[in-house]
Amino acid sequence: MRFLMVHRIDESAPDAYDPSPEVYAGMGQLMGEMTKAGVLLAADGALHSSKGARIRYSGGKRTVTDGPFTESKEVIGGFAVVQVRSKDEAIEWASRFAEVIGDVEVEVRQLDDQPAVG
Amino acid sequence: MPVAHRNALIDRVTGSDTHRAIDAVWRIESARLIAGLARMMRDVGVAEELAQDALVAALEQWPESGVPRNPGAWLMAVAKRRAIDLLRRRERFDRKLTELGHELETDQGATPDIEIGDIEDDLLRLVFVSCHPVLSTDARVALTLRLLGGLTTDEIARAYLVSEATVAQRIVRAKRTLGDAGVPFEVPRGDELADRLPSVLETIYLIFNEGYAATAGEDWMRPALYEEALRLGRVLAELMPTEPEVHGLVGLMEIQASRTAARTGPSGEPILLLDQDRARWNQLLIRRGLAALDHAEALGGAMGPYALQGAIAACHARTRTADETDWPRIAGLYDELGRLTPSPVVELNRAVAVAMAFGPAAGLELVDALLAEPALKAYHLLPSVRADLLAKLGRRDEAQREFERAASLTRNERERTLLLDRAAACA
Repeated sequence: MRFLMVHRIDESAPDAYDPSPEVYAGMGQLMGEMTKAGVLLAADGALHSSKGARIRYSGGKRTVTDGPFTESKEVIGGFAVVQVRSKDEAIEWASRFAEVIGDVEVEVRQLDDQPAVG
Repeated sequence: MPVAHRNALIDRVTGSDTHRAIDAVWRIESARLIAGLARMMRDVGVAEELAQDALVAALEQWPESGVPRNPGAWLMAVAKRRAIDLLRRRERFDRKLTELGHELETDQGATPDIEIGDIEDDLLRLVFVSCHPVLSTDARVALTLRLLGGLTTDEIARAYLVSEATVAQRIVRAKRTLGDAGVPFEVPRGDELADRLPSVLETIYLIFNEGYAATAGEDWMRPALYEEALRLGRVLAELMPTEPEVHGLVGLMEIQASRTAARTGPSGEPILLLDQDRARWNQLLIRRGLAALDHAEALGGAMGPYALQGAIAACHARTRTADETDWPRIAGLYDELGRLTPSPVVELNRAVAVAMAFGPAAGLELVDALLAEPALKAYHLLPSVRADLLAKLGRRDEAQREFERAASLTRNERERTLLLDRAAACA
């Protein structure tokens, strides 16, 4: 089963996009471990929300709001897609990820790879 | 600790959050743990017991203390301590025997290696021991899932639709066979590596196919097998980055797995490759598969049997609609595959590709040459392919008879119905 792991960060924190050498090294090591364990399918970190946008579609009309998302306390900091054997295993990897970053919330969501139900 | 006591303890404490975490840690760490211990003890059976003892210690202590920061290292430290105790007890016993005037039959020269070495090397050794050709394929599969996959005997039994006792017995026998044959805990080198690697790749691909063949509604452990095989393949590619066929196998499995959501219909009926909705193919897995095949090619291994099968799968994965399929290329790849690993099934697949590329008459010629093949006597796809080609050539009577013969040979109800419908349409 595949899971999406998304973590949210407080962009206003000074080290939000400038991790300490320890965090940087720890993240590299963890990604290596996840690759060696055969579970990591994809992962990337997001750049500052000023480089992004939000698109809302409603009533046939689209509204594009360019970043930064100053009204949001936390923004998406990055994602990983893992293929594991249980939700508990996804939680364990997410915990190790959170431990490296230090102060963060990671959301773990199972991805749908079931055939279409019609 | 006696096995019964250990199992009772594990049963009693499952459920709470800590135990869910311990279960996950076990799945992540057990193979490395067993691998490191197997090098120390020169015995995978003893290594597994020591690893499980460490797990029991975790079950006893972590609910109180919390999960340690580096759970893998914690488990290894506990297991290593017990390994050393065990070795000391054995040494004392051996000394007693010597004092009593007995000749030692064990090899005194081999000093156990209690240092924690390179765990990656140990893991690779464990892969080669679990997939050793001295073992039957059933035994290799069971041992691989157990020692490298961290699956329980019950999970393996459910996945293979056999009893737990059967699996337990296979594992016990496998360990005994390894011991009796004196299989060393090492990675083969040079020519021996070339001889032994196919047995490893075959074991992983067998597990993959067992899971891939599972149908909707079956116990979830069965489809879980293909994901486990894929994971083992990826682990192996990290352990042996310069072996092209490992990347070839991973590429093949990633691309096949990319079709999972498209290969069955709403009521669980199988959908053939050319009829699948390609928008449902998983592009992430396709990209990973293509990258693995590029890797195999860059290492000079584009013509290995798994890389070739991967290349055939890649031809489909790269093509946006079934009509655009590059059949001449696929036929050419089957030519190569048939030369490398001749088999009637490969030849039948080649015939299909040739028919798609160069017309039904060219394909039928190849299929007709297979009619006397004993290995395909009861294989429903032979008459089924032949019927299809005959129908395309307008030879309706013969096509009808072949569709009927194919229907009588298939064990799949849905397929039988489909074949009988096609037979009726020829009348």
